[in-house]
Amino acid sequence: MGSYKLRILKSKIISVFLTFISIVSTIPFLLVLYFIIKNGISVINWEFLTTLPKPVGEPGGGILNAIVGTAILILIALVLSVPLGISVGVYLAERSNSKLAFVSRLVSEILQGVPSIVIGIIAYLWVVKPMGHFSALSGGIALGIMMLPLVIKSTEEILKLIPREIKEASLALGVPYYRTILKVIIPAGLSGILTGILAGTARIAGETAPLLFTAFGNPFLNFNILKPISAMPLLIFNYAVSPYEDWWAKAWGTSCILVIFVLFLNVTTRLISKR
Amino acid sequence: MANLSTKRLELSKDKIFNIVLGFSAIVLVLIGVGFFLSLFNASIESIKKFGFSFFVRDIWDPVQEEFGALPFIYGTLLTSFIALAISLPFSLAISIVLGEYFRKGLFAEILRYLTELIAGVPSVVLGFWGLFFVVPLVRELEIKIGVPPYGVGIFTASLILAFMIMPYSASIGKDAMRLVPDEVKEAAYALGATRWEMIKKVMIPYARSGIIAGVILSLGRALGETMAVTMVIGNYHGIPENIFSPGNTIASVIANEFTEATGEVYLSSLMYLGMTLFIITTVVNLIGRFILKKLQH
Repeated sequence: MGSYKLRILKSKIISVFLTFISIVSTIPFLLVLYFIIKNGISVINWEFLTTLPKPVGEPGGGILNAIVGTAILILIALVLSVPLGISVGVYLAERSNSKLAFVSRLVSEILQGVPSIVIGIIAYLWVVKPMGHFSALSGGIALGIMMLPLVIKSTEEILKLIPREIKEASLALGVPYYRTILKVIIPAGLSGILTGILAGTARIAGETAPLLFTAFGNPFLNFNILKPISAMPLLIFNYAVSPYEDWWAKAWGTSCILVIFVLFLNVTTRLISKR
Repeated sequence: MANLSTKRLELSKDKIFNIVLGFSAIVLVLIGVGFFLSLFNASIESIKKFGFSFFVRDIWDPVQEEFGALPFIYGTLLTSFIALAISLPFSLAISIVLGEYFRKGLFAEILRYLTELIAGVPSVVLGFWGLFFVVPLVRELEIKIGVPPYGVGIFTASLILAFMIMPYSASIGKDAMRLVPDEVKEAAYALGATRWEMIKKVMIPYARSGIIAGVILSLGRALGETMAVTMVIGNYHGIPENIFSPGNTIASVIANEFTEATGEVYLSSLMYLGMTLFIITTVVNLIGRFILKKLQH
């Protein structure tokens, strides 16, 4: 029958068309990469990475303050969110059905969906307002809250995958419960927990909105977490909306470094979680 | 004796350990409750002054201290839904291609990476790229169709939002398609369906709730997205006339004005906006997650 052949032909044409559309949808990403590398790579050199910004009009200068700032902010966020996140994750996996577990899981899911700008407001209310000034600490707290749900979720999920027998074997050997968790269960789930931490770091490394009114930015090198601090995303934002061509170039260079860093974290996360 | 006392010590350590675990869960819950209470407390001035009329007032005047959120709520919904409409055909196509045509292999891997990694590009970088690449393109388009060529505006913001949310709905949609049992698909083939007829009449209906959950969760993303939108939306305080006009979203107003806000009512109105955004995105996300959970059980 002719109509059957027609239907098969239609099915084939649609499959080619859909595949074509899905390839087209990768174009924006490739364009972004192309743009950033084309405009950014020529800006990056040793001076760019190791010196502080110079006033507009003076040639040279770099973004050392922003690189150091991003590193410090990520460090604060990790210190705050990793212990708490793993602890909550263990609680959720171990006391899976308690009421508190249900409520914490709900809170964790809500936190994961909170827009980053709202987290910025919270860090402003909780830290900046009482202290009376912007600080790296408040920015780190905002970023820490952002990555917390990812650490919790990955910890809970990987611990649930670990066979009961391992835990029971350890307990049967007379190993106390807390040691069983700390020395047997958590090491067994380490790769999953690590994936969550990496994914969380990738999520916060490029965040700007929570830093606008917490870390605020700083043109100088700062190691004091109670003072305002710069960060790569903040610098990109400030330079991108400025009217100076030289600053745009610096913003491209910074974007290039930041995107490579974040994509590296993302790809690493995927490779680990696949194993 | 020594043995017994170490055993007792170990037992009390167990107790402490359990307390620490429970305590950390309580801290998390307190953070969640504190979130809402702090936002509410900080917006109380504005709530007292404007009440629910805040949501329907079309005015934002820091000098007269008169505030209303209508233009921003409108801008937020408009950009998010246009972004959804633009991204949906693409994310559906990706879900079908990765969920049925290419489930494994090099092509599938490359396609998956390329479509999902755009979600990893920092929002501020996408906004910067948008300013220098998308804005000029939109300006040319605007000249061609004869509207004021701002370049920035609702449409530009929606375009960039569409790129950003596409991976979320595509990835969840793909997972939903892959959950369709082979038996069901084979039954459709056995009845004489072609591959496309099977996808259209069996796979998509079967995976429907997963696809919808993906769309709702990506809507949640779009509603709260800040930096990229702030940079290309034009920051206009009125209600946008058409989709090419400049506008503002709730998030972009907060990002732009928070550090400049002087006066208690002004700042508290921005907090009120923040609380509104928090509630809207939370409701949208919980609905999406609820559907996903029902699907998994």
